[in-house]
Amino acid sequence: MNKNQIEDIVSKVLANLGNTQSPKQPTQREDDAFHFSKEDVIGVENPKNKQTIAHARSITPARIGIGHTGTRMLTSHYLNFRIDHAAAQDAVLKDVDEEILKQLGLPILQTKAEDMQTYLMNLDSGRRLNEESETWLKKNGEKGKQVQVIVCDGLSSTAVEENIADLLPAINQGLSLKGITFAKPLFVKNARVWVQDHVAQIVNCDVIISLIGERPGLASAKSISAYMIYKPNEKTVEADRTVISNIHEGGLSPVEAGAHLSDIIADMLKYQASGVHLAKQRNQ
Amino acid sequence: MNLSCIMRDQKYSFGSLKEVLAKASEEKSGDIMAGVSAGSYLERMAAKVVLSNLTLQEIYDNPVIPYETDEVTRVIYDDINEFIYNEMKSLTVGELRNVILSHDTDSHKLARMSQGLTSEMIAAVAKLMSTIDLVLASQKMKHQAFCNTLIGEPGKLAYRCQPNHPVDLPEGILYSLKEGLSYGSGDAVIGINPNNDSVESVKRLLTMSHEFITKWKIPTQNCVLAHISTQIEALQKGAPIDLMFQSLAGTQKGNEAFGVSKEIIDHGQALMRKHGTSTGPNIFYFETGQGSEVSLAADHGVDMQTLEARTYGYARHWKPFMLNNVSGFIGPETLFDGRQMIRADLEDLFMGKMHNLPMGIAPTYTNHMHSDQNDQEIAGILTAVAGANFYMGVPAGDDVMLNYQDTSFHDDASLREMLHLRPLTEFEKWLENMGIMENGRLTKYAGDLSLFD
Repeated sequence: MNKNQIEDIVSKVLANLGNTQSPKQPTQREDDAFHFSKEDVIGVENPKNKQTIAHARSITPARIGIGHTGTRMLTSHYLNFRIDHAAAQDAVLKDVDEEILKQLGLPILQTKAEDMQTYLMNLDSGRRLNEESETWLKKNGEKGKQVQVIVCDGLSSTAVEENIADLLPAINQGLSLKGITFAKPLFVKNARVWVQDHVAQIVNCDVIISLIGERPGLASAKSISAYMIYKPNEKTVEADRTVISNIHEGGLSPVEAGAHLSDIIADMLKYQASGVHLAKQRNQ
Repeated sequence: MNLSCIMRDQKYSFGSLKEVLAKASEEKSGDIMAGVSAGSYLERMAAKVVLSNLTLQEIYDNPVIPYETDEVTRVIYDDINEFIYNEMKSLTVGELRNVILSHDTDSHKLARMSQGLTSEMIAAVAKLMSTIDLVLASQKMKHQAFCNTLIGEPGKLAYRCQPNHPVDLPEGILYSLKEGLSYGSGDAVIGINPNNDSVESVKRLLTMSHEFITKWKIPTQNCVLAHISTQIEALQKGAPIDLMFQSLAGTQKGNEAFGVSKEIIDHGQALMRKHGTSTGPNIFYFETGQGSEVSLAADHGVDMQTLEARTYGYARHWKPFMLNNVSGFIGPETLFDGRQMIRADLEDLFMGKMHNLPMGIAPTYTNHMHSDQNDQEIAGILTAVAGANFYMGVPAGDDVMLNYQDTSFHDDASLREMLHLRPLTEFEKWLENMGIMENGRLTKYAGDLSLFD
């Protein structure tokens, strides 16, 4: 269902409720269409302190201060919630704009997942590079640097498009300031986190960091997670990975994230560990 | 052990108990991905037929993962009461289903049987049960536990208030917490998922929630859902913890991936006895869900539902205050759509209760799954009818940190009203004192976070 159809339904519902703003004709010109407001208004009736609620809503994207009818959500909040869900569902299926990758000069590698359906339903397919990319990387990848950065679409192409242009330079700068060497970053299409193990083994780096689009939430489809690991091998387990999530303008901003991630990477190199082992050593 | 049957003039043979269990499972994408699912509808039925005819002893003698190589199997077998097991071991799985559903079998009898059943037996019988079977059997069992308050009394339904914030902003978390409390959510626990898993940050959130609970005299418990090793560090540095959290899996390999073992959980338990802030004796909050093992390539070719049962067999060793099932959190590669999610929730609630666990359910969906709010609400109603102890409470169901949908403060209040269920006793009194609830119904003051100004 597209936006116009939703707006159409909304206007019909409101027409049935006797709303005077609604169009009388089922067909209409574009500029007569009912504009469904995305604006999220305070729904609490007669609150003790409306300013408190307004302030609360300004510091968290959580859907609070929305009020209720009986025990249920008010119609406008319910519809906004469903619209956000629909948008998030659509976002999963979109590819990253290759123009952006070209502008950043990122070589495009591909996993064994050749299409979205395979990617979604078969985890292993997204965990290894396909043969062509493997061959390319063996020949062209920068070997033996301390750090390799890979950018992965994961479950949100939007997240990559929105953040990478700021995040990559911020990480590069952070690492440079600490005198840490890093290889030219790569983009991996239809990638799961574990593809980093495959890439790290080929380029023989100490630390590999994946910047991967998180599954889209309702509040934001723009969030990136950074998964980092020190020298992954066959015995690597999930708890060996260090993860920083919620990198986006409304969370940890890309610029702040650059500095934060390079601090963590420096610690990984210092302690030669990542994940829970790193956490333990840092706390000692 | 007879692993073949003739059905409609066709012979079906299976190579192992593990294969029979997997193929007898209702269709789920995670089992298909792992290559263990039945190849046709009739093969699935043949596996159910074979399974129905196996005795409990045959299942006991053939654990799906060997005792010698897997800690989860060892914990399950070491905790079995041999006397009770011997009373039942000649029953077939089909007969066990009949016993469970019989009018002659009440909650006390089921609680006794539980102690003689391995997790694979419980998984097996669930594979022979339909939706109504699972709901009716679950209704018979209601398990209580005590931390600072009593959970699991008949007629009660509790909620975890889950006030997450994308970057752990304390003030933002507090506002979502106030919102949740103003809808009557938070009697099970005030449980914050941290974005930052560092000891200092986790300690700060524990202290904040503890001080808020103390200031407003709220009869509940606090918890920050960091990794157990982080919580142990925080506890040793003086952080106030009522409930200690950990995610668990149904294989040793899965738990290794989570960075957890029996030794670590035992250590956490001992430290909680020494330094924990709650009354107890039930001081753990565990989370589990179908699909975690296959996602971590730690499934050993065992189906997701059987592994989930094994997780309960492991978890019951520590007598948790809450066991929350989050099937649906992972994505379409494990549970494809709402139908598979609803089935998993019903199986898990039943299997957890059959392990004598105080079960809660989080009917969840992610945005890359073929599921929506309608499916979630169906799962919520069904499992509430089946007598879940608790659910999560998330502002409008949208978790802005974990990026998935769970039950909302509104849905929570609705389930109580729809099924005439009440908050936990002490908490309801607190709600009445705050003017939020009257005679089990929310008042006109409910839903106003500025009540706490």
